[in-house]
Amino acid sequence: MSVDVFRKGGFDFSNARRNAFLEAKGLPLPKATSTGTTIVGCVYADGIVLGADTRATEGPIVADKNCEKIHYITDNIRCCGAGTAADTEYTTAMISSNMALHALSTGRQPRVVTAMTMLKQYLFRYQGHVGAALVLGGVDPTGPQLYTIHPHGSTDKLPYVTMGSGSLAAMAVFESSWRANMTREEAVQLVAAAISAGIFNDLGSGSNVDVCIVTKDKTEMLRNYEMPNQRVQKERQYGFRRGTTAIKSETIRSLITSETVVPVGQLVTDEMDVS
Amino acid sequence: MSIMEYNGGSVVAMKGKNCVAIASDLRLGNQAMTVATNFEKVFPVTDSLYCGLAGLATDVITLRERFRYRVNMYTIKEERQIEPATFAQLVSSTLYERRFGPYFVEPVIAGISKKTGEPFIAAADLIGCLNFAKDFVVCGTASDKLFGVAEGLWEPDMAAEDLFETISQTLMNAVDRDAFSGWGAIVHVITPEKVISRTLKARMD
Repeated sequence: MSVDVFRKGGFDFSNARRNAFLEAKGLPLPKATSTGTTIVGCVYADGIVLGADTRATEGPIVADKNCEKIHYITDNIRCCGAGTAADTEYTTAMISSNMALHALSTGRQPRVVTAMTMLKQYLFRYQGHVGAALVLGGVDPTGPQLYTIHPHGSTDKLPYVTMGSGSLAAMAVFESSWRANMTREEAVQLVAAAISAGIFNDLGSGSNVDVCIVTKDKTEMLRNYEMPNQRVQKERQYGFRRGTTAIKSETIRSLITSETVVPVGQLVTDEMDVS
Repeated sequence: MSIMEYNGGSVVAMKGKNCVAIASDLRLGNQAMTVATNFEKVFPVTDSLYCGLAGLATDVITLRERFRYRVNMYTIKEERQIEPATFAQLVSSTLYERRFGPYFVEPVIAGISKKTGEPFIAAADLIGCLNFAKDFVVCGTASDKLFGVAEGLWEPDMAAEDLFETISQTLMNAVDRDAFSGWGAIVHVITPEKVISRTLKARMD
């Protein structure tokens, strides 16, 4: 491997052999942050509504109580991510930048199928090791489009979709209440209800509801559209009195550069002749 | 026994009003045997930006040097100091590059933006998934306990001195319930004017 400032893309496998050795010695590999997640999407009369919860987990620990799972792809396409958090973040970011380049080279508004194909081909290449389960939605010249993409690269095109550990809870809501050609308000309400079902019935999902509405003319990201799990004001202050903690040593580094000018030698009293 | 528990150690960072604090324990172990009690896990990146690394000690040192290298190259190329948010992306991409052969390290970043004066904290998992918290971030073998204590003690808009007491008590009380962390602690409180670094009197068992 050449040490270069401007590294080429792609993964670096140079630790893989060491890590496989450690794993073989009986040291289990640590868990990465996963978005247990409920993510949904639904088609309505003139666009797409996407929804997501905001909990990120590390095993049984809630790692982030208000993370963002609706990722930007292009102005008219968004993508919800479930699975390994780093994978959903980097996969969507990479496809987003490739879509921007694609739009520039074709001079057309990019289509949702294009993003879907790029994503499925990328995920299939990694045979499910890139653990991203996605809900891709947007509006392009061919109309509103909604897809799900599984970590192995298979895709579905449906009028309403759910993904993640809360997908069963969310799908139950869709199956009982979804109708064709809903209004915007009905669709947003349905998506929020589906995400809420995940938040309250699935342990991997929690906190708030994020909603994103994509129409022909604009995309609205409603971050924290519902916040049903707000923490109440603490009844007491548990702060420690100053000076509680015993200190062994202290160093203070000033970040303010102060300088004093000391004049050296005798000041010249006579004005310089400038005539 | 996971690889993360091989050497032990924990780091925590918290946000205050116009200030941030980052603290770590000082233990370096070989499983249950304590090898050193002066192993600092928090490193300066710029004047007002610090990075804490908890996990496998060999990777802690490797990554500290890789970050130093990449930050130096950034500083030379851009002819300016790196911003905390930019550094967080640098950390994230360095870790995600090794998605299929990761470094066993969980980084915590704390700093104040030179441009805006905004306090900044962030944490990443071992493959670089960033967590931008508005209150506190934790990592290491005592992370479960740190989450619990910090959730109870942290208040919004603390002054630098109150933030110091809160982060110190959070770290020490969490670490005292963790066999793999402890043996002294160091706290850095970063304000726009100065950085105060204090070593704490802690249990040595």
